[in-house]
Amino acid sequence: MSKKLVTGNHAAGYALSTAGEANRNARGAVCGIYPITPQTEIVEYVAKFPFTKGRVIPVESEHSAMGVSIGASISGARAFTASSSNGLAYMVENIMVAGYYRLPIVMVAVNRTLGPPWNIWADQSDTLMLRDFPWIQLYCETNQEVLDTTLLAFRLAEDRRILLPALVCLDAFIVSHTQMGTDLPEQELVDRFLPVLDLPHRLRCDKPATMGGLVWPQEAMSQRLEIDEAMERVPGVLEECRTAFAEVFGREVTGAVETFGVEDAETVLIASSTIATTAREVIRNRRAVGEKIGLLKIKMYRPFPEAEIRAACRTAKKIAVLDRNYAAGIGGIFWWDVRAALQDCSPSPLVQGYLTGLCGGDVTPSVIDQVIGDITSRHRATKPIWMAIEAGKEKSR
Amino acid sequence: MNSTSTVETSSVPVNPTIACSEDCLLRPGNTNCGGCGMSVGLNMLDRILEETGQQCMLAIPACCGIVTAGGFPTSSYGVPVIATTFASAPAVASGMAGVCEINNESEQIICWAGDGGTYDIGLGTLSAAAERNENILYICYDNEIYGNTGGQRSSATPLGARTTTTPEGKTERKKDILSILAAHRIPYAATLSIGHPEDFARKLRTALSLRGLRFLLMHSPCPTGWKSEPAESAQLVRLAVAAGLFPLYEIWDGCTYRVNVEPAWIDPREYYRQQKRFRIDDIDVEAVQRECKENFQRLKILAQQFPHRS
Ligand SMILES: Cc1ncc(C[n+]2csc(CCOP(=O)(O)OP(=O)(O)O)c2C)c(N)n1
Ligand code: SF4
Ligand SMILES: [Mg+2]
Repeated sequence: MSKKLVTGNHAAGYALSTAGEANRNARGAVCGIYPITPQTEIVEYVAKFPFTKGRVIPVESEHSAMGVSIGASISGARAFTASSSNGLAYMVENIMVAGYYRLPIVMVAVNRTLGPPWNIWADQSDTLMLRDFPWIQLYCETNQEVLDTTLLAFRLAEDRRILLPALVCLDAFIVSHTQMGTDLPEQELVDRFLPVLDLPHRLRCDKPATMGGLVWPQEAMSQRLEIDEAMERVPGVLEECRTAFAEVFGREVTGAVETFGVEDAETVLIASSTIATTAREVIRNRRAVGEKIGLLKIKMYRPFPEAEIRAACRTAKKIAVLDRNYAAGIGGIFWWDVRAALQDCSPSPLVQGYLTGLCGGDVTPSVIDQVIGDITSRHRATKPIWMAIEAGKEKSR
Repeated sequence: MNSTSTVETSSVPVNPTIACSEDCLLRPGNTNCGGCGMSVGLNMLDRILEETGQQCMLAIPACCGIVTAGGFPTSSYGVPVIATTFASAPAVASGMAGVCEINNESEQIICWAGDGGTYDIGLGTLSAAAERNENILYICYDNEIYGNTGGQRSSATPLGARTTTTPEGKTERKKDILSILAAHRIPYAATLSIGHPEDFARKLRTALSLRGLRFLLMHSPCPTGWKSEPAESAQLVRLAVAAGLFPLYEIWDGCTYRVNVEPAWIDPREYYRQQKRFRIDDIDVEAVQRECKENFQRLKILAQQFPHRS
């Protein structure tokens, strides 16, 4: 294994391209691409890749990028794309179609603030706006995790028991544009890990069918139930995919959640993406001096890993959820879902939400310390707390 | 379907085409209104595909053309169909055509779309696919209205026509979509009328023999929206050709032209009168006639200056 210094976008482009190439002995790879900061380098990487059997179509909009990928996927090719922020908002109609058509498309999304205001920095509100669609959502911390998770996502999405598209998310700039030592596996290993795609409902002239015709209420509802059942199978299949991944690549890839020191923790911080990286270091130092504090990183947001979260919070009396995302009128989106997941635990822990680093603000160790200071002295939960907001408030007055 | 399914593998949401003795593209039992131009157009397409020994797959955006497939668990289409979002047929078809290309498959990838999906919401998508010259046959059945949503205006609605959103009659002229497509220099663009079936069939053959993005605009009578007599549909659109309201012509590579039918220059009122969507008093018929003649004159000059030699 030789590591190279590459950016998160490079890692994502590499994973998408080699996954596409791995389908060359079946129906190949076809995708639609469209640029938006900060994911542009991903689609540029894909556009340059010398596919043996592939076609990359540079379209006129994100709506069409997903449209092309839908057409490619229903024709049996491996299909993928990448986007971010307003690009995802523009793409929404076809994102939803890909899910309801049960097409195993993989999309890498670089989390960026939805505009306005015009702001290109990290914020998860863009992909979380897609949370109610039938897409698996995975949030990554490092370049290696982006690469590994993207490969994993294809195997998971294409599994006959699942057949759902998957989103692989990474933070704008903090990951997308930061170089990290990353193992870029040989094509041969990717080939071994990813079976060729054989889509059961691919359109074919010898067995005509209509995708997306009228379906009456009962049958349509039953199709929704089937999505729900597939979603329920995701955690189990994910574990199988992780085992296969470790066998082929000789390293572990994170599962639905990742814990650090929660076994005896009285206080648990819950975070995702790069906030988890910073929180882990703060918590490591605090545990070294005997504090009973742990970290729960939520890697998979959809389907929501409720059982894993409850298990990780078994000993917790106080839980702080850090959200770099915001649902208007609610607060942090992870916080809202964590509260629901833990609501009937007994004794029930105090769950407090903290909004931090929205629109790309730095979440430094000192912000994490402030959160820990607040949660440990807190006796009652209150509405979500906006961290480190004073300076911004002053300036914008 | 099983509401308490315990399947290990996911089932997938398709409406299968149940085998039937009528092995055709558009089957009996479809929900097209009587006298709908689409029915004739699809049957014609079926016939020419069979004649030329070709197979097809359809990408159909939201429009009457997808409604006609009917309800689960079957479909009125005898060929593979994917319903796309309203604006996306050319994008989805691009993906399908791309997969055909890399697998050396020869199926015709056909977009079958209404005027709303073509002139309005899907124009950007179509323009992009045309600029890339994707290997797609795009057929717009132009009923000059949003039929599926109950008859609102589109930019294909002709001057004077009453729709639910132009209750006093449309005050703008119909968009010249063929010029827009020809400006992309696509291999082939042509207008079709079910009132001229031989010309229609010949153009389909031409389109099916070429590669790249081929665009066919079919004047598609819609008795429901036009408030016309279903049995008269073919005659009615013939009158539109005769009045010069819907000229029949072809353009190759955006460069060379051929005009197919010389209008008899009948009074447009003969056409208007048979449809309750028009009130003759609302329309400056002389001005319409003048514009039609000028348009046709321009086409003829182009065809003389830049004739298509096959
Ligand atoms: C994004 C979106 N907006 C609106 C609609 C509603 N809609 C469905 S079909 C249609 C009109 C279709 O008109 P046209 O393309 O001319 O086809 P026709 O119904 O006349 O056959 C509209 C507005 C939709 N399906 N999707
Ligand atoms: S409304 Fe018009 S276009 Fe639609 S099926 Fe009826 S006749 Fe055909
Ligand atoms: Mg219409």
